[in-house]
Order: sequence, then C-alpha cells, then structure tokens
Amino acid sequence: MSAIAKLMQAMLASFKDLIPIILVVSFFEIFVLHQAPAELGSILIGLVFIVLGLTFFVFGLEMGLFPIGESLAEALARKGSVFWLVIFSFSLGFGTTLAEPALTAVANEAAQVAANARAIEANEQAMSTYAMGLRITVAISVGLAILLGVVRILKGWPIHYLIIGGYIIVMILTSFAPANIIGIAYDSGGVTTSTITVPLVTALGVGLASVIKGRNPMLDGFGLIAFASLSPMIFVLIYGMVFLN
Amino acid sequence: MFNELIGTLLLTARDVIPIAVILFGFQLGVLKRPVNQWRRVLLGFVYVIIGLTFFLVGLQLALFPIGESMANQLTTSEFLHPNGSKAPFIWQDYFWVYVFAAAIGFSTTIAEPSLIAVAIKANQVSAGTIGIQGLRISVAFGVAIGITLGCFRIVVGDPIHYYIMAGYVIVVIQTFYAPKMIIPLAYDSGGVTTSTVTVPLVAALALGLPPTLKAVIHSLTALV
Repeated sequence: MSAIAKLMQAMLASFKDLIPIILVVSFFEIFVLHQAPAELGSILIGLVFIVLGLTFFVFGLEMGLFPIGESLAEALARKGSVFWLVIFSFSLGFGTTLAEPALTAVANEAAQVAANARAIEANEQAMSTYAMGLRITVAISVGLAILLGVVRILKGWPIHYLIIGGYIIVMILTSFAPANIIGIAYDSGGVTTSTITVPLVTALGVGLASVIKGRNPMLDGFGLIAFASLSPMIFVLIYGMVFLN
Repeated sequence: MFNELIGTLLLTARDVIPIAVILFGFQLGVLKRPVNQWRRVLLGFVYVIIGLTFFLVGLQLALFPIGESMANQLTTSEFLHPNGSKAPFIWQDYFWVYVFAAAIGFSTTIAEPSLIAVAIKANQVSAGTIGIQGLRISVAFGVAIGITLGCFRIVVGDPIHYYIMAGYVIVVIQTFYAPKMIIPLAYDSGGVTTSTVTVPLVAALALGLPPTLKAVIHSLTALV
C-alpha cells in the first residue's frame, strides 16, 4: 500500500473518532439551546487540526514511543540487572511526572486553596514552596509506583491484592486527612499520567512481561498505570496530614 | 493562530524533553548501544510532538469554547426554569446537564489519545481477542456514567468519599468474578482517560469529579 493511501486511511480513522463529538455538539446546539455556534469557521479549522493531530500521534506512537519503550525494557531485562531496571523505572516515573503540566496547574491551585484556608501563609514564597513540595511528592510517589509495578512484574505477584490494599490505605487516610486536601489528593491520581507517559509505561510493562520467562504480557504487563494513579493519592493525603495540620 | 501553534509546540516539546533524556540516557549510558533504527524512532518522537500540538490547538479552537459556553448555558436559571418560576432547584431540574455530561464524557473519551495507545497495545498483546474499538467504547461508557454520577453528586451535595467507597467495593467484588486476563487492563483504564480532552471540558461543567470514581466505573464496564 502506498504511503499516501496509508495516510488517508489513518486520517479517515481519526475523523471517525471525532464523529461522536460533532454529533453531541450539534445536537445540543440545535435541539436544546436552539442556536448556531458562534465562529463556525474557527470550529471547522479546529476539527481539521484535531484530525491531523490524532493521525500524527498514532503514527509517532508506532514509530517512536512503542518501539523504544519495548526495546529498552527488553534490553534491561536481558542485561539481567535488577538494579538498573529499578533505577530506570523510578526515573521514568519521577521525570515524566515532574514535567507534567497538568500537575503544575493542580499544584498551584492547591496552594491557593491552602492559602485561602489559612493553612499556609498567603504570600508568594509560601505558596510556591507548597506547590513545589506537592509536585515533588507526587513525582516521587509515581516513581515508586512504577518501581513497585516493575517489581511486581519481575516477581509475578497478582495485581489485585496490591490495588485493593492501596484502596484500603486511601480510605483510612481519607478519614484522618484534613478536609481541604482530600479533593486535591483524589484528583492528583489522574493528572500524573499524560499522553506521552501512558504509551511509554505501557510499552515498558508489556515489553518486560514478554521477555521474562513465565510471565504473561496480558496478565502481568498491564497495571503500571493503575499503580501510578493510585500512589499519588496516598502520598498527597500524607503530605496534607503533615503540612496542613 | 500561528502564534498559538508555535507556543503549544514549544510547550509540548518541553514536556517531551525530560522523557527523551531519560530514554536516550539509559540507552547510551547504561546499555551502551545505539538505538535500533534511531532515525525512525526520532522521527516518531517528532510526529508525537506535532500530533499533540495540532490536537491541543484544535481542541482549543473547536471544542473548549463551545463546551464551556454550553455548560454555562445549561446551568443558567433561565434554562433550568424556562417558565420563570422562582421555586428552588431540585435535582430533576438538571436533566439536560446529566445528558450533556454523559454525552460529552462518552464522545471525548472516544477521541482520547492515551486510551487509543493502550487499546492498540492490548489488542496486539491479546492477539486480537480484545478489540480496539470494543475497549474504547466500554471505557467511554464508563466515563459517561462516572461523569453523570459526579454531576448528580455535586447537585445533591453528597460527600465524595461515599461514592468512592461504594465504587471501590464494586471493583473489589468484580475482581473476584472477572476473568483474570482483563483485571490489570481494567485497573489501568482508569488512569488513561482523564487527560487532554476530558478534563478541561468537565472542569467547565464545574464538576471536580475525581478520577478514581471514573476508574472504578471504567473497570465496571470493562469487566462486564
């Protein structure tokens, strides 16, 4: 198949992904709010951009992120060095999370909330220290989560005991944590796994589980993201208990 | 618009650089061997950055402004009480908000890039048993239910942890009855949905729904 035909096909697939959004917006504009959307032109340009963006993203995924994630996992596993594997998984989790823009936004918002609640001083200095502390806390927790997830794959532990154990810890901490940190803690789980982290971490897990003998990629390869979404909740709740009480 | 594209491109590149440093650092520093087909991989990274840039700018142009204005309009008192009655709002008044929440949750999840990535991988690994579209649609249903519940919670004003706890209990029960193969994938699906597309729109609805609940609901539908 020629490259152009492949590209057209990929763009068509991306366009299909957008159809539900187009339908929802048109339905509400026409039947519920009875109005035409303002700036129809920029909306159309935006839709073209989204189709282009999704197409490039999927191509890049298959060419760059998936292969390098998998080949690194494979090479590290073959090297047989648990030490480097552990260092790698921690730095991948820590590095990608600290750079995550959504986390920065949430942390700044959290500092504002804490300042309003008089839990910290309402000046620039105290707020930025608080926000940075929160970001580092979440980044460390994601690093540890990926590390734990990788150890789980190496050892072949079943995932549900670890996840259910995590849920129980979250529930216990929730009843002790200060009320104004709870919402932020729950939200921090979702903002850590960005569009670039997810494919890499998935490739890492699946790559490891495929190389190690006796591991099933389906059973052992997935689950890293679940750890990365759960552990920030635990760490942020603790952070709130330490610094807001 | 051009400035916006360049600005977003720089921001996306800035997010990707630490990741690239870690990856290439390990490849060259620890494994001490060149990256297989490194030109292709590098080009892949460039594609991902370009793709995300277009995607984000496109969302800002097409979706966020309408999404926000619709969310605002759906919650005005003129819309909620078209007959001009001054009675206090009850939760049934928000009917269209729930419908909008469900529809927007579903449709934005279908277009979520991270979910596409996980679905592609799950499809490869399961040798086709788990369909790409099937996984995406079931996760999207989960998000739709989760966001609608979240809206309802905010309207009613219940404390959040009861919902989360109930969700956890459901997940724990399901875990013991679900096929083993699907469990790790179901747990993962919670983390991949709350990113670029869904969060800003949902925030516009002033929901503040935590991702966990959605995680729970996803696994719910993913497991069924």
